[in-house]
Amino acid sequence: MMEVAVIDIAYKLNGGDVEERLEPRELLIDVLRDRHGLKGAKRSCDIGVCGACTVLVDGMPATSCSTLACDVDGREVTTIEGLAREGDLDPVQEAFMRHGALQCGFCTPGMILAVKALLATHAAPTEEEVRHFLRGNLCRCTGYVKIVEAVMDLINKRREEKKT
Amino acid sequence: MLPPRFALHRPRSLAEALDALARHGDDAAPFAGGTELLIAMKARVVRFGHIVDIKRLPELKGVRALPDGGVSIGALSTHHELANDGLVRERMPGYTELSGNIANIRVRVAGTVGGNLCFAEPHADPPAMLAALGAHAALASPRGERKLAIDDFILGELSTARADDELLVRIDVPALANGTRACYRSVGHLERPAVGVAAVAIPKGQGHSWRLRAGSLCGQPTALANAERAMEGLAANDALAALDACIEVDAAAIDAHDDLQGSAEFKRHLVTVLARRTARVALGLSEKA
Repeated sequence: MMEVAVIDIAYKLNGGDVEERLEPRELLIDVLRDRHGLKGAKRSCDIGVCGACTVLVDGMPATSCSTLACDVDGREVTTIEGLAREGDLDPVQEAFMRHGALQCGFCTPGMILAVKALLATHAAPTEEEVRHFLRGNLCRCTGYVKIVEAVMDLINKRREEKKT
Repeated sequence: MLPPRFALHRPRSLAEALDALARHGDDAAPFAGGTELLIAMKARVVRFGHIVDIKRLPELKGVRALPDGGVSIGALSTHHELANDGLVRERMPGYTELSGNIANIRVRVAGTVGGNLCFAEPHADPPAMLAALGAHAALASPRGERKLAIDDFILGELSTARADDELLVRIDVPALANGTRACYRSVGHLERPAVGVAAVAIPKGQGHSWRLRAGSLCGQPTALANAERAMEGLAANDALAALDACIEVDAAAIDAHDDLQGSAEFKRHLVTVLARRTARVALGLSEKA
């Protein structure tokens, strides 16, 4: 059995292949921010409560401040920097802009990634389901009104597109 | 903050994991979702030289039907998996909803039911309901396997009956009589519940046999025993009247204390409110009178 002081891992980061050597205690947020320069994930509460450090691991939200980097071995990590394609914003990012669903922007990367996971796992969520899913992403500016509006607008547009 | 340095073990089988735990004793900790352990390590509340990552153990995964009509839950099952599991929905009334409401989606995706029980943080949702459903924790060690009722497994705040060389491998929930209904409700203004109450109503005679547990107020889920006894076998309205008559006495006996989540008096009052609501739902009535 392996008992390691350093560990080699391989994973996908925003669509690209990454191989790196880590200390087992290294946290995902530090690897993303300090090794890869991906500063979208924010360290805030540092105890997994606020959601500002949210990234997606295999498409589901993860608390990067309290995830060991070695635990993404063999998995797929998406950060806010991985959403836009060739300069085109992701529809969730566009909806947040259209609705002014942010003020200071500190929670926004985590919030948008949580919405990505919500939309990937729910065909047509209700407002209650949206609020429930986003419960772990705290925003101290917007009062959530504009955020929920942006998400509901996106869901309604999707529904109309499906009809036509 | 980084946790202190540790040696990482990545066993591929239960036997390898038990071997690592036996070799390192109280300097080793099993590690699954990390939603509690990593945060405690970062805060230097706990310190381990050896972390045994049990996430790759096939023996601890999955939910299986037991031949007697019960269900066996692998300790590595995440709250999110259990919230979306068909067998859990069918055989563990009330648990699907509970599991889908734990903390937040990140905790539910990473956090495991086994980790939740082993960490024994009192402010948690599953223990009260698992105790009320009559669940047993199955512990494996080099000496073999033993099973403990949840009430005997959780000994107090952050304390369980698990020995250093034991691993919680699964949680077995016995078959419940047809028509059994259950409900769990919790209240808390922080991430964790301040008070939770589980009510299980098992059809018996003209009424039900009741299991009522209050969780989060003290080290272990507490049986609301006077109410359970008084409600036994009574038809719905009489059972609710019996609950009203007894619940203040049961709540007053709980070893609650004042903390950031509220005063002991406030929390005991919440027990009485949640007991009435969960009992109503378990009777198939609207939650509020």
